[in-house]
Amino acid sequence: MLINHPLLGPRDAQEFIYLGDARLIDRPDWQAADAQEQFFEYTYLRDNPAGEHKELWFHEYGDRSWLVVTRNTVTHEITHVELASEAARARGRSK
Amino acid sequence: MKYSGFRVIREALTGHRGWGPAWRDPEPKDQYDIIVVGGGGHGLATAHYLSSVYRELSVVVLEKSWIGSGNVGRNTTLVRSNYMLAENTKFYGMSLKLWENLEQDLNYNAMVSQRGILALHHDDGGRDAQLRLANTMRMAGGDGEMLDVDQIRKLYPGLDFNNPLFPITGGFIHRRGGTARHDAVTWGYARAADRRGVDIIQNCEVTGFRIENGKCIGVETTRGFIGGKKTGVAVAGRSSQLMAKAGLRLPIESHVLQAFVTEGLKPLLPGVVTYGAGHFYISQSDKGGLVFGGDLDAYNSYAQRGNIAVLDSVLEGGLSLLPIMSRARLLRSWGGIMDMSMDGSPIIDKTHIDGLYFNGGWCYGGFKATPASGMCFAHLLSTDQPHENAAGFRLDRFRRGYVIDENGVGPTPNLH
Repeated sequence: MLINHPLLGPRDAQEFIYLGDARLIDRPDWQAADAQEQFFEYTYLRDNPAGEHKELWFHEYGDRSWLVVTRNTVTHEITHVELASEAARARGRSK
Repeated sequence: MKYSGFRVIREALTGHRGWGPAWRDPEPKDQYDIIVVGGGGHGLATAHYLSSVYRELSVVVLEKSWIGSGNVGRNTTLVRSNYMLAENTKFYGMSLKLWENLEQDLNYNAMVSQRGILALHHDDGGRDAQLRLANTMRMAGGDGEMLDVDQIRKLYPGLDFNNPLFPITGGFIHRRGGTARHDAVTWGYARAADRRGVDIIQNCEVTGFRIENGKCIGVETTRGFIGGKKTGVAVAGRSSQLMAKAGLRLPIESHVLQAFVTEGLKPLLPGVVTYGAGHFYISQSDKGGLVFGGDLDAYNSYAQRGNIAVLDSVLEGGLSLLPIMSRARLLRSWGGIMDMSMDGSPIIDKTHIDGLYFNGGWCYGGFKATPASGMCFAHLLSTDQPHENAAGFRLDRFRRGYVIDENGVGPTPNLH
């Protein structure tokens, strides 16, 4: 698989380490009243779709940036790649 | 029809005209006591034990394709019980005992062969870890034995003992482990269940659950509604997809695991060997092909095929352990979709919906678990109580903090 890095262009997927569902960016508020339940769902439960999946890849053997890759889990086709930092800021996080 | 040596001779003398189909192809009825979704190893084993041990008279197995078309036909056929955590040692210990008596139970030759599984170590740390595993297994009633280099050399002269980076310094053998013929396991369970009246419906995909007042009363299928007082789902690989139709989010990711087989060779490996330095294991099938595998592709996948990079790393591991493999031609490779759970251990439990039960999360050890999984799931479906040997495999253990993490790597499914 080739991942089209937004800064570096197409890179071999072997340069990356896979983490999982990009919803891991949305870390729950630890002060929320139901924080325990939210953290259980955040840590353990996954949608695990057959089809389009937004996921976190770390460019370990490259520029060490985190990417959000939109990939089809049935065909392995990659349709969109963005920097995780930008994706996080777009969701209202400070970094 | 019972199979026997006498029967084989009689058929041989009468032109083999007396053999019938091994199981029926019935039309689904409107209503059953128990519906088992998934005609793989676990589903068929569940149906067999429901009918034979728990005396359930009205059981149906629904399979979306043909039976055995999923992971039970896409594995490397290893049978073993080499675990350290208490929940796993008792469960897989039970499974191994069921394997040892499987053929007599099913009246079917599943070619169970306890040829031994040898795990190699290459340094002092590896030896200490194996010694601890061997002791733990023996204390739990299993078998484990340390071998020195000379003993291994007698069994496996073809290994590279003097690899400069990873010399073989000894190993650990689990003699009761081995292999079984995976398709025969499917067929044996299907035939045994069918003979006791279980309906096996192929090409019948479950498209949804009918849930009324918090109770599951049956399933919607491509062949119409089928009612059931209890519904048990055993569709590992596709668990998240199917259970989402009942509103459940599971602690599971689906990953692809590849396996490989070479052309047939003369007898070379008497048992199963696992490499201690890389993730690689190999055995030789009765036809002579070298059957081997390694790591997951490590990203979510529902494609039953893998990436070339993993093929590359598996073959590198193989060549550094068994250099003569370089002359063998690779015949086939295939991938199976694994339910990778968040702690590396399976789930056999009720759901929050009355009458709906779940069996899944087998990671990449589902094949060896087939008999015990079937027995424990049948126990749960029939009695509504968890089997004593599967009492830890609860769905809510993640919420309660009682994870069973054999490798100690936390909620990272691709590392289990």
